[in-house]
Amino acid sequence: MTENSRPDEGGSAYVDAVEKRAPANVAFAGTGVGTPKPRRNGLGEALSAVLGSKWLAAAIALLAIALPYLNSGTYVIRIATDALIFVMLAVGLNVVVGYCGLLDLGYAAFFAIGAYTAGVLATKGGWPILATVPVVVLAAVAAGLIIGGPTLRLRSDYLAIVTLGFGEIIRITANNLDFTGGPNGLYGIPDFGDFGYRTDIAIYWVTAVVVCLAVLFSSRIGRGRLGRAWRFVREDEDAAEAMGIHTYKVKFAAYIGGAIFGGLAGVLFAVHQTAISPPSFNFLWSALILMAVVLGGMGSTPGVVVGALVISLLPELLRGAQNWRFLIFGVLLIVVMIFRPQGLLPARIGEPRRRGRTAAPADAAREGSTA
Amino acid sequence: MTGPVLLDVREMAVAFGGVKAVDGLSFAVHEGEVLSVIGPNGAGKTSAFNCITGFYKPTSGRVTFAGADITGKRPALIAASGIARTFQNLRLFGDLTVLDNVRAGMHVRIRQNVFDAMLHTPRYWRSEDAATQEAHRWLDFVGARYDRAAQIRNLPYGEQRRVEIARALAREPKMLLLDEPAAGLNHGEKEQLLALLRRIAGLGTAVVLIEHDMGLVMEVSERIVVLSYGKEIADGTPAEVRANPAVIEAYLGAEDAEAHHEAERIAAQADPVLADSASIQDASATDDSAAAPAGREGQP
Repeated sequence: MTENSRPDEGGSAYVDAVEKRAPANVAFAGTGVGTPKPRRNGLGEALSAVLGSKWLAAAIALLAIALPYLNSGTYVIRIATDALIFVMLAVGLNVVVGYCGLLDLGYAAFFAIGAYTAGVLATKGGWPILATVPVVVLAAVAAGLIIGGPTLRLRSDYLAIVTLGFGEIIRITANNLDFTGGPNGLYGIPDFGDFGYRTDIAIYWVTAVVVCLAVLFSSRIGRGRLGRAWRFVREDEDAAEAMGIHTYKVKFAAYIGGAIFGGLAGVLFAVHQTAISPPSFNFLWSALILMAVVLGGMGSTPGVVVGALVISLLPELLRGAQNWRFLIFGVLLIVVMIFRPQGLLPARIGEPRRRGRTAAPADAAREGSTA
Repeated sequence: MTGPVLLDVREMAVAFGGVKAVDGLSFAVHEGEVLSVIGPNGAGKTSAFNCITGFYKPTSGRVTFAGADITGKRPALIAASGIARTFQNLRLFGDLTVLDNVRAGMHVRIRQNVFDAMLHTPRYWRSEDAATQEAHRWLDFVGARYDRAAQIRNLPYGEQRRVEIARALAREPKMLLLDEPAAGLNHGEKEQLLALLRRIAGLGTAVVLIEHDMGLVMEVSERIVVLSYGKEIADGTPAEVRANPAVIEAYLGAEDAEAHHEAERIAAQADPVLADSASIQDASATDDSAAAPAGREGQP
């Protein structure tokens, strides 16, 4: 076939024409320059690349697990456990908001459902806390089905409103039921066992391992087939449908996935606090988790982890400023969002460099066109 | 014609409020055929595409594809049954890479579940590698020439058009619907598109084309269906359609054609005032027929 060599023939004139037009297209797209690699922020890109490497991730995970050997102060362990639970929440919400683009303003509801399910079964039913985990997962999935079922058929704005209401409904329900302890909540929630260590350190270790796995899994799912489908839906729902992707199911998967992460974080929270009450799950939580995702960089696992650590640790680090600390915290967040609206470590664009497959071999081109 | 009937559209209609965008349209596409759907702007071509692919629910009528009734089904299910499409205004996943865009096309064929991805099982690597290689193959097939790890929105328009076709082809469809694939392409790019359309036809894929570029349509189509006001007014080979008076009338408009003659008559009488107003009317007539052969050639 003579047409097959067409793309190579007369290429120069064509490429010239294309390159003349490129700046206009790029201006329209609003990012980067004419060359394919967007160079929005060289330092940020490099930083993302370093922070995205799996060796650094492994090192940070090891560091997190080894923390009690470095500093076993009660205060440090408590703050670190809080921070890790917050990381898990942020990573879970990142699946919903970052990967799939569904704006969930009531994510703390799943957190509450997890905490209360574990708390009620353990304190009222006398279950060991580990035995409550499957029930927590089921409860989170059920809640996800009930809320997601009708709303995921709609576009994102409606979901935001419904989830906002859902978050409040769960909190107010917990406040008004007897078996949830009403406004006093539940107390005396048992731990996982001490494994021969101080109780808070044992809880910290369980939390650290669970959170590290959660981060690893959410990042891997995000790069796999389902994660790609989430991004297709986020980018263009109609185009995704036209590719045979059942967008409703895909959105459901993201929502349920996020619910499970939130529910499990709730179990960790209940055990860590030993007492839970409705005010622990107010709208501020949902807002802060969302803030962590946006601050870190939507859809970027390293970014979201950093965002969650910043949001949870910064108020502690600012303790020296006493009453001013939340004002400073707020101003810092605003400053970051003005100068880095894409987040601290935005998701990297590009193909994983494995076995040199990203570059197309020249003869494959000819082979492909005759196929 | 070429083969057995693949797509059969019977009395399909869709209305938005009082406007009948598609009004009792019937036509068939045969296996491996290259068919063009033409008609003046607003004739209902894209609406017909949207009905066939499930983006609009037809208010009445029946669409059968490969023997199965697909009327009003979910777009994803229709796509899975073997119809792939492109959009009139590119609908690529702008923030994602070129390769990821093409992987979307093979999404339903990638054999991998969530646990494979979580645990990075051998099956995960196998399916990902296979998908990457296949994506490269389709990009080669359409003649994509830019960095495939780049964000698609940063690439030139012509390249984006090619990638959108590669994405649709990666579905391995039995039938490919292309909505104005030549819009916005320059002469050289149109030549390449023509060659690509022939390569696609060579795969045995039926191609249905909405196009305003008559040069391209006449060159590539085996059969042409002409729509006007949501109805089919002609169906035949390029030569038959070109000679069909109903088609010429639809493109120029009956009244406008009369006005055209009137203007000529008046101009012959050399009345300057009337000749002026007639030429205005004349100009509006050519505006309406932006789809006529010479109309779109020079557009960006």
